[in-house]
Amino acid sequence: MIQLDTPRKFKPLVRQAQEVASEVLRPISRKYDRAEHERPVELDMLAAVIDGMNEGNSEVGGTGATGVRRDAVADPSVNRNGTNISTCLSIMELCWGDVGMLLSMPRQGLGNSAIASVANDEQLKRFKGRWAAMAITEPGCGSDSAAIRTTARLDGDHYVLNGEKIYVTAGDRADLVVVWATLDKSLGRAAIKSFVVEKGTPGFELARLEHKLGIRASDTAAFLLKDCRVPKENLLGDPSINPEKSFAGVMQTFDNTRPLVASMAVGLTRACIEEMERILGECGLKPDHDRPMHRQPSAVAEFVRMKADYEAARLLTLQAAWMADNTQPNSLQASLAKAKAGRTCVDVALKCVELAGSLGYTETNLLEKWSRDAKILDIFEGTQQIQLLIIARRLLGKSSAELK
Amino acid sequence: MRPIAIRAEMRGIPILQPPAELSRTMTTLTRLGLRTLSQMAGSPTLDRLGLRKPTEKVLYHGTKAGFKTVTAVNRAFKAVQKLTSPQRLPKRGGGGDLFDLRPTDDQAMIVEAMRVFATEQLRPAAQKADTDYGAPTELLAACAELGMTTMGIPESLGGVGTERSAVTNALIGEALAHGDLGLAFACLAPAAVSNALVLWGSAEQQATYLEAFAGDKPPAAALAIMEPTALFDPFALKTTARLVNGSYVINGVKSMVPLADRAELFIIAADIEGRGPALLVVESSSSGLSLEEDIAMGLRAASPARLVLQDVKVPASALLGEGKAEVYAECIHLSRLGWCSLAVGCSQAVLDYLVPYVNEREAFGEPISHRQSVAFAVADVAIELDGMRLLTWRAASLADADQPFAEAAALARRLCADKGMQIGSTGVQLLGGHGFVKEHPAERWYRDLRAVGVMEGGLLL
Repeated sequence: MIQLDTPRKFKPLVRQAQEVASEVLRPISRKYDRAEHERPVELDMLAAVIDGMNEGNSEVGGTGATGVRRDAVADPSVNRNGTNISTCLSIMELCWGDVGMLLSMPRQGLGNSAIASVANDEQLKRFKGRWAAMAITEPGCGSDSAAIRTTARLDGDHYVLNGEKIYVTAGDRADLVVVWATLDKSLGRAAIKSFVVEKGTPGFELARLEHKLGIRASDTAAFLLKDCRVPKENLLGDPSINPEKSFAGVMQTFDNTRPLVASMAVGLTRACIEEMERILGECGLKPDHDRPMHRQPSAVAEFVRMKADYEAARLLTLQAAWMADNTQPNSLQASLAKAKAGRTCVDVALKCVELAGSLGYTETNLLEKWSRDAKILDIFEGTQQIQLLIIARRLLGKSSAELK
Repeated sequence: MRPIAIRAEMRGIPILQPPAELSRTMTTLTRLGLRTLSQMAGSPTLDRLGLRKPTEKVLYHGTKAGFKTVTAVNRAFKAVQKLTSPQRLPKRGGGGDLFDLRPTDDQAMIVEAMRVFATEQLRPAAQKADTDYGAPTELLAACAELGMTTMGIPESLGGVGTERSAVTNALIGEALAHGDLGLAFACLAPAAVSNALVLWGSAEQQATYLEAFAGDKPPAAALAIMEPTALFDPFALKTTARLVNGSYVINGVKSMVPLADRAELFIIAADIEGRGPALLVVESSSSGLSLEEDIAMGLRAASPARLVLQDVKVPASALLGEGKAEVYAECIHLSRLGWCSLAVGCSQAVLDYLVPYVNEREAFGEPISHRQSVAFAVADVAIELDGMRLLTWRAASLADADQPFAEAAALARRLCADKGMQIGSTGVQLLGGHGFVKEHPAERWYRDLRAVGVMEGGLLL
């Protein structure tokens, strides 16, 4: 039966996450925006709490780091609300607090999500409790992750990695980095594998930390891999090169994580919307949902338009997560959600700054920070343009060779 | 004469010819006298602006038509049974504790029936109905046979309804509008009236009217909210109802009234003596009612027209929902959701039409869908369309769960008005010149989708 409310059973989780966001993240939000590259130590204690939350309830995901494993196809007559939805809901709340902080949450890295999603049982056990970052992007390739040049050569019991990785979120603070490398450049996508590299491995060098537009609380690292030897048991998933499956498998991780990134955008958008509502209230303006918009002040009309877009982004995200929970293929819906949420959070945050005037443009208010933080959400884990490509190819039945 | 006028005159409802703007011209001409008329006849301006024919027509009809008081040929609405209390359908209720996007089996079945009807009956009839400014009577009868009104009427009143669900109605609207938005409007207009009577009607109103809507040949009917005012606000009406000796006397003009020429029953929104807006049940046989042609750019299959009320007298018992402000507000919200559901259906039709078109249409030696500028525009349609649908469903499901849904409805309306129109525009744009001609339905959908941000009333989920 069609019902789009927040599932009742997740309400305690949402409340808990909301408390964390307002009591822990918000108060230190500006501090670490100013102190880029400084480790938010306040998060260490919080991470322990989140570990507990994740352990405690298998159906309730925290920040996405528990992974989004797909179960066997479920009975279609049974409606399931599981980790995909709960993770999205909790991320929305935490990112209402601070997106950069969520990305800096110890042991909640994207690498953890990848490990949890594709690692075998032995690996799961071995890497448990470690903080893992994810290294895909290179100076010469971003969106076209199939074009990566970092190589992995099998040498006895080790893979030898060589190359350069940039834009590694939490790369400095994490214990592990999941590195994408190719076993054989001539074999294209199928030969791309992910390797868990321990910090401190000889040949794995931190090159620099980036200075960024936003999400400054989160460190973004660049690494050099020079004959970096990684035990061959650290290759995640299947080591064989299967042109039919391998890359699709890697990309499938993105189908599952795209709604999580969309959730980040939704959370940030809600922060802007709520702040804007407060500011409008101070100006004596409040939307009247009975009367037509063209009879109300233009700031109010803008606000309602933003909120409608926010709702669309939010519900598209929940739709994608709900489909994942019910083992329905959701690649299309995951991209619809990411595309809408990504563009909406940028539009809304920037519009709020404009409406709030100098109050929004200066550091007295968090709106200016959010408008800087927002931009990355329309870029990482697949840019707006990549989402449009995925959506269009699916709708039109086009290959990547036809619709470039 | 246009079909709408012919049909109405056949039924004896007076048609006010000509349309208002031209009628003003006419009055002015009469006042200025024949000298001015002859001067004007010689004026090149008339030819330059292409006004000669319309003006001549005005002058012709001005002498021939005018106000006539005719008794409409209607069924006599009479209380068939004595009801001690109004019969309401139980609201479907909340959907339980989980997020769920699956329709129930019942809903899926109804929607499938509507989908088949829309594909086989509505789509093929759409273009002609648009041109004719009206839907064929047989088609509307076929639609009524599908149970469009009976489905929402309790069994105790002769209907087949067991629960009241805005979600079900939204799904129906969506399915029908996928066939054609204008025809969907025509099909669903009577249900707006019967739904309103089920929701808010008194025992007497229900006993008098609902049996007819539950019968084999439900009457045409219309929920008339709009008025011909720019920046129209349904909460600030110009139409007034004054209580005089136990009767309401209604004066005003309602615009975009669907099926106005054949409706036997209206629900009229009027300001009740400064107490604010409320709804009144008005039979079309009431004296003082007349029609004015007011040709619309879209929704033409529902032959929308102006309904002029001049000292129309109805008993005090015609007031719907005791004139409560919350009833009127709920009516407006449910009506807007109706428009959202049609916007979703029509936008889906646009997307379904675009996909094969851009794949088959070639330019520069390959399908135009191989170009990002085209492909991304299609992707944008899909993104916004899904958002429109989810917002509409959410508001409707809140209504079913008896929770406040005013804000959800307002947001759905905003998104559907904005994005629906954008989708309608993309539909024409990607077809290029082909989108601009009537060989393809894109131009009709463009005109119809403009209505979503304009309309108030007419539908009620």
